[in-house]
Amino acid sequence: MNHPGHVNQPGTVQPLVLGIESSCDETGVGIVRGTTLLTNTVSSSMDEHVRFGGVIPEIASRAHLDAFVPTLQEALHEAGVALDDIDAIAVTSGPGLAGALMVGVCAAKALSVATGKPLYAINHLVAHVGVGLLDGAGGGTGGLGSGARLPENLGALLVSGGHTEILRIRSITDDVEMLGSTIDDAAGEAYDKVARLLGLGYPGGPAIDKVAKHGNAKAIRFPRGLTQPKYMGTAEEPGPHRYDWSFSGLKTAVARCVEQFEARGEDVPVADIAAAFQEAVVDVITSKAVLACKENRITDLLLGGGVAANSRLRELTGQRCGAAGITLHVPPLSLCTDNGAMVAALGSQLIMAGIGPSGVAFAPDSSLPVTTVSV
Amino acid sequence: MLILAIDTSAVASAALISDDAMEGVVESFATEDTRSHAEVLAPGIEKLLGDAGVSGADLDLIVTGVGPGPFTGLRSGIATARTLAFAWNKPLFGLMSLDAIALEVAESTEAQAEFLVATDARRKEVYWARYTLTEGQLPQLVDGPHVGFASELPDLPVFGAGGGIYADVVNANGEFSTTQPDAASLGQFAMALLTAGEKLPDSTPLYLRESDAQVPGPRKRAL
Ligand SMILES: [Zn+2]
Repeated sequence: MNHPGHVNQPGTVQPLVLGIESSCDETGVGIVRGTTLLTNTVSSSMDEHVRFGGVIPEIASRAHLDAFVPTLQEALHEAGVALDDIDAIAVTSGPGLAGALMVGVCAAKALSVATGKPLYAINHLVAHVGVGLLDGAGGGTGGLGSGARLPENLGALLVSGGHTEILRIRSITDDVEMLGSTIDDAAGEAYDKVARLLGLGYPGGPAIDKVAKHGNAKAIRFPRGLTQPKYMGTAEEPGPHRYDWSFSGLKTAVARCVEQFEARGEDVPVADIAAAFQEAVVDVITSKAVLACKENRITDLLLGGGVAANSRLRELTGQRCGAAGITLHVPPLSLCTDNGAMVAALGSQLIMAGIGPSGVAFAPDSSLPVTTVSV
Repeated sequence: MLILAIDTSAVASAALISDDAMEGVVESFATEDTRSHAEVLAPGIEKLLGDAGVSGADLDLIVTGVGPGPFTGLRSGIATARTLAFAWNKPLFGLMSLDAIALEVAESTEAQAEFLVATDARRKEVYWARYTLTEGQLPQLVDGPHVGFASELPDLPVFGAGGGIYADVVNANGEFSTTQPDAASLGQFAMALLTAGEKLPDSTPLYLRESDAQVPGPRKRAL
């Protein structure tokens, strides 16, 4: 059901939008006014997943249920706004973990029914890009959106425990294209699995990043997935996975390497393996991302997702973008990891573009395609 | 007193219960299927309120079924109820979902002095509870809720869809072989308890099962 006549006239200036995120293990509520961030409140169940070495969907879902109302309450308090003041609500409706999405979507719908405010069901991946439009969120390398306008030729590289994707954004509200993605594990998952192999704990990203600083990345060479000519093809005749990634073979190669040291009765050179693994991941992510940018005439690249915190990924992406004449934008880390502010930020863009709300009858979609910016 | 009751432990359902209305039920809705809660619940509640000409401010309290029931569906009702209660600033209580069927049994001609209520727990198991019934009283929960194989239930008549599915191994009551917990009955149960001056519990879900997650053991070393 639509809520006509509320805020969906184009040009509504500075709508006050509340965004809800629950697609993985972070329960997020963010509030923005136009492109101004008012609050970004996140409750994470990460600690409950540590002993499992990865996100357990049922545990994440249970945590979302208990965290939602307290997180909402805190967000409203921090922003100093009442529910009545809100112009619209936005919620992640996919992609993500089905049971986790369900909690945020049901809560958002209830909020819409209770307050009569219009509800926007939005795409989580596009929200990672939308957050770059918040004032001052373009990162240290220059603001993305001065006056809420995106660069003409914008791409986004999203790297986290849940995704590894490169997108092309022609319009943040209705024209987003997936250029490439992982065909198996997300990069963050590969970090978690390898960290477990090396006994480095969870989450794997920061653990490996830390140990790798003491290792020699050139001591061992691990494979770069999907880089053979049969997958790459040429710019004119692209192969089937020119801009795609695969990390499952890399994980197997690390396991085999560890076993070989153990079989020989030698100490496992944990720091070297961590450094070489990280180099393999970061090398293949950045080389393919930059290739995709060059061949699609992308001149500005936004880096998003939790793995954006990784020092080597930031460094190498920066170097290679610089060499290719691509401007790199990295939002502050609290806006790179999953959060409600990014959902609110995209919701705000949809409203300012005059796009209508989703109503309360939509279904969450764990594999929502990136071409569907809002439902 | 006006109560909004919600239960999604099996099907999705909601009801407005008033101590002024005939039989207590002002408006109610329930789905047939057990997998579309997230889509139908909010529109259902919106229509319920609209049809009754009632707003959130008119409610005295909200009651939600806290299960047991399949987790994802169960959470959609509790998440909805908790958020509505917060937004409308109304008290929220939780009732064990099997109580809804127990009340229907008590009010039917099939009533027994002692009986079981069971619903489908998937994976070849049922959620169940044992009740006793004294003339003119609300059904009394004496054991449960539990989750387990139908073949291992106590030897008593079984009411509810959990009996119907396993009619080959339990003494399933035919009249109630497809009955699911329903918000209208749950709300009536809550109204009866409140009228009798009883306190209602909070909305903590009754999962009865841990998540399936296994803590990984130590990695085997290659020797
Ligand atoms: Zn994400």
